[in-house]
Amino acid sequence: MNAIAANRRHPAAAYVVLLLALVSVGALYAALATPSRAATAIGSSTQVDQGKSLFAEGCSSCHGLNAQGSGVGPSLIGVGAAAVDFQVGTGRMPLAQQGAQAVRKASIYSDTERAALAAYVASLAPGPEIPSASMVDAANADLARGGELFRTNCAQCHNFAGRGGALTNGKMAPSLMNATPTQIYEAMITGPESMPKFGDGTMPVQDKQDIINYVHNLQNSPNQGGAALGRLGPVTEGLILWTVGLGLLIAAAAWIGAKAR
Amino acid sequence: MTEHHSTDVDHGHADGLPEHKLRRTDVFPRAEKRAVRQVAAMFGLSAIAGIGTIAAFFAFPADRLITVPALGQMSAQNVVVGGLMGVSILLIGLGAIHWARKLMPDHELVQERHDLDSTYADRKAAIDEFWSGAEASGFINRKIIRRSLLGAMALFPLPIIVLFKDLGPMPGTSLRHTIWKAGEQIVTDPQERPIRPEDIPVGGLVNAMPVSLRKLQDKQGNSNEGVKSVIVLVRMRPDEIVAQQGKNWDYQGIVAYSKVCTHLGCPISLYEHRTHHLLCPCHQSTFDLADAGKVVFGPAARRMPQLPITVDADGYLVAAADFAEPVGPSFWELG
Amino acid sequence: MSAIVDGIDSTIGYADDRLSSAGFLKRNLKKVFPDHWSFMLGEIALYSFIILLISGVYLTLFFKPSMTEVVYNGSYTILKGVKMSEAFASTLNISFDVRGGLLMRQIHHWAALFFIASISVHMCRVFFTGAFRKPRELNWVVGTLLLITGILEGFAGYSLPDDLLSGTGLRIAEGIVQATPILGTYVSFLLFGGPFPGNDFIARLYTVHVLLVPGLILALITAHLMMVWYQKHTQFPGPGRTEKNVVGYPLMPVYMAKAGGFFFVVFGITTLLSALVTINPVWMYGPYVPDQVTAGSQPDFYIGWLDGAVRLMPNWEINLWHHYTLSLNIMIPAMIIPGLLFTGIALFPWLESWVTGDKRVHHILDRPRNAPTRTALGVGTIAFYGMLWLSGGNDIIATTFTIPFNTITWVLRFAIFIVPPLAFIVTRRFCVSLQRRDHDKLLHGRETGRILRHPSGEFTEIHASISDAERAVIMSKQDIIPIASPLASDAHGVRNPAGVIGRVRAGLSRFYYGPNIALPTAAELEAAATHLEHEAHSAVPVIEREARLEVTGGGGVLRDPGPDGQSGHNH
Repeated sequence: MNAIAANRRHPAAAYVVLLLALVSVGALYAALATPSRAATAIGSSTQVDQGKSLFAEGCSSCHGLNAQGSGVGPSLIGVGAAAVDFQVGTGRMPLAQQGAQAVRKASIYSDTERAALAAYVASLAPGPEIPSASMVDAANADLARGGELFRTNCAQCHNFAGRGGALTNGKMAPSLMNATPTQIYEAMITGPESMPKFGDGTMPVQDKQDIINYVHNLQNSPNQGGAALGRLGPVTEGLILWTVGLGLLIAAAAWIGAKAR
Repeated sequence: MTEHHSTDVDHGHADGLPEHKLRRTDVFPRAEKRAVRQVAAMFGLSAIAGIGTIAAFFAFPADRLITVPALGQMSAQNVVVGGLMGVSILLIGLGAIHWARKLMPDHELVQERHDLDSTYADRKAAIDEFWSGAEASGFINRKIIRRSLLGAMALFPLPIIVLFKDLGPMPGTSLRHTIWKAGEQIVTDPQERPIRPEDIPVGGLVNAMPVSLRKLQDKQGNSNEGVKSVIVLVRMRPDEIVAQQGKNWDYQGIVAYSKVCTHLGCPISLYEHRTHHLLCPCHQSTFDLADAGKVVFGPAARRMPQLPITVDADGYLVAAADFAEPVGPSFWELG
Repeated sequence: MSAIVDGIDSTIGYADDRLSSAGFLKRNLKKVFPDHWSFMLGEIALYSFIILLISGVYLTLFFKPSMTEVVYNGSYTILKGVKMSEAFASTLNISFDVRGGLLMRQIHHWAALFFIASISVHMCRVFFTGAFRKPRELNWVVGTLLLITGILEGFAGYSLPDDLLSGTGLRIAEGIVQATPILGTYVSFLLFGGPFPGNDFIARLYTVHVLLVPGLILALITAHLMMVWYQKHTQFPGPGRTEKNVVGYPLMPVYMAKAGGFFFVVFGITTLLSALVTINPVWMYGPYVPDQVTAGSQPDFYIGWLDGAVRLMPNWEINLWHHYTLSLNIMIPAMIIPGLLFTGIALFPWLESWVTGDKRVHHILDRPRNAPTRTALGVGTIAFYGMLWLSGGNDIIATTFTIPFNTITWVLRFAIFIVPPLAFIVTRRFCVSLQRRDHDKLLHGRETGRILRHPSGEFTEIHASISDAERAVIMSKQDIIPIASPLASDAHGVRNPAGVIGRVRAGLSRFYYGPNIALPTAAELEAAATHLEHEAHSAVPVIEREARLEVTGGGGVLRDPGPDGQSGHNH
């Protein structure tokens, strides 16, 4: 029996297959998509115009007519296409209501509208670009290294399983369970809300891919031990113990103590 | 009820006990038979589940996953072996209790309690015995023996306590210093990459450590130095910096602070780039890195120590000196 | 069959020849145990301990208590190639490469939580029913020590796998040790073999976890059970139950089947829980690395209240003469509060009897309402503990209910002083109200819910006298007179030296008994009985009349022919 056959029932086998599939799809996409992206970048004046009018309608009331910012919204000059793609793509912008921070919800813009908005904001001043498909492709990612990077740089806010956690004064690091590879990448380079930026100088593309791969794994990993209770640590375990666990045992004790009829 | 022990006869009202109520199983033979069948069925099912446990143990390799409806993917060993084993154990218990409740005699018995205290005479005798023994030993009269014994006994634990001395070295000044020194290069954690100032954007965060840390830790075989020397580098606009622990300890708005909470030592890098707050996930102490690392919330009493930084000849970030204050939790001799 | 019978007979004989055990068996096979669900809470703890021993021995066969760094190469691919301690690697090995190993780990951890939770609930039962009173004070102290050793043992076990969460916990524990005045730094260096984390601690902790503390727990449990056996169990009040007897079921066969069966129920439910619900997924936390941490770093529930106290504490630190540091922000929540709480709990039997002056032997349990101050103290303490618990989970509560943890902490900093006294007052009043209701039941009987309409148009409800059983339970209340205050000075104006303490004691005693509602006197009871009888008698014609009305009137008939043509009689 060769090594591959021996490991085919391994819990990670599915991921290896998935990774291989991702590699081929990614490679195919990269081959097909690059020319069109180049085209977008060159002939984008109409897209920028469309973005400008969308911006005037949906964003300017807070960010100002020329994205220069106002009392209620920050300036968007120089935030780059990546920030727009992240904020609009995760539905955080436009904001439903003022609060400690924006929360993830369904996006109200279509993909083309979002691209137009991003193109418009990117045209104002240079800023982080939307990562290309090959940049967020985790084909060559190292899962164990991704875990190490995640635990050093991400887990302190997003929790060990990417389920999110509390920050000061009502802000919170969101759960990463619905984040796409592109969104994870964009968050790292643009630093949305309270999140600091992780620049390419200290965290190069390869590291980001390792992290993206690890988060993808967290989103899909099995719970070997059974129901995971939200992967929040001992608090939910204690809650289950005092309600379900002790509840069952005390019910049994009550049954033993009750007089039979 | 097939069998009555002699002491089981109905005490009933005689003892003031409430009247004994018969159970269905006492009255109806069919109910009794049904209860017998139920108990036997539980024991029988338990045996079957027990055999199933053994079969499942051999059927599933340790890494086989199985999908349980509503609960998702989990280890087959854990859920199937555990489930069957749990059922087999539980049914023994349920069967025994059902048996006791439905079929065993349910007459309450009355037993007398014995007094816990002995008779006066016994107690007096015990006290007398003690004193006569103490008298006979001479412990009371021979003061010199008594006192020297008490002295020896008081000293007896001391040598044993001293023997524990070699459990570890004395602290010395080790809690006051880290391996940071002037010119020590700052590298990223965990990739060990040297850092140029332009690598860190405004609003950026880098978890970092001294360049010599890994080698030293490998040599020492522990992470004692890492516990103290890890830092966070953050960059803000120079005009956002309200105060620092030393003049020009930043480098173009990049400031370096210890990553070890001054409360109880948790590593903290929950940095909010808009407020410049650094939050500890253990007890929520919050430090303001724009304002000399001062405590703004939570139980920590001391500010976060700042590491003075600069760049070396090649343009990489290095420490300008060790921390000026001890890092990590407070201790008695801290002063 | 008869061979087995002969075998058992001769075994009993064999043992008797050598140990004279027949007398013991004769006396004890029929030993009576009172039956009540709340008497089984301690059993849950005992059985959890047995499960812990079984699963713990299994785990020691695979676990390697070593901090030597290894590169993981087991079948959990997500951590393949990661450097970690041998302790963590062997925990992964148990979880993923040993069949049933994960199940055993989870059984061990769930059983540990059951052990401490059931001890806590059992202690509540003993406290609220006054079962700790003479002659059981010593056993109460043994129980308190079991709770403390259980918590220590649990924390040691939580720390052994050397995962990210347990390492963070140990770091905090080390910080607390270090904050101890004078000795702290030295003790910490001795424990850890130098600076934290060193190379030795897991191995040292392992000995503590598998030998030292379990040995202590085993000894304490033995003492606990021997005392329960010798002193016989307490019982709730009821007809036929006195301070001189014990009413219940015999060891052989009923109690043996029930208690033995309950062991299997506890074991079965623990196993099922472990089969279905993850606990302590260390593979998700990752190995302990001193520069890593996770949001929501929490201890197990039994440390949660201490962690909560630490979170709640303002950042008070005192610098003494520029040479020493007194970390009140750590000492108060992590040493002084638990120290006072456990000392108070352990000494409570003596504190209470000093205040009440009650030195009698008690085998009949108090109903919680009949000791309003004690019950209120207990509820107040639980409220205090609950506030600390909430504080320990403040970050999880913050994200779950979107309340800033800053707000939660500030609210709890006040609530910790407000809620427990409030809980005390409300509970005491509630107990007194229940006493009043008991009092009313004795004097006026129980309300039957049956309304009578008298011919005069008056409506009354029929009261029936309560059952003998209920009467026995209510009458079990023991009324006590508070200790009188000693005279401040004698007739010659000389101050009584014991006066101050005596007056404090008398004041506390009055406070303790203050709101008590005394049982009715014998005369009142007799009068009440007569009254009830009269009421029942006088209701008879009215009831008869109603019956007739139903037959003849069928609706709004107002005319009543009377029993003998006379008009209805007026109450």
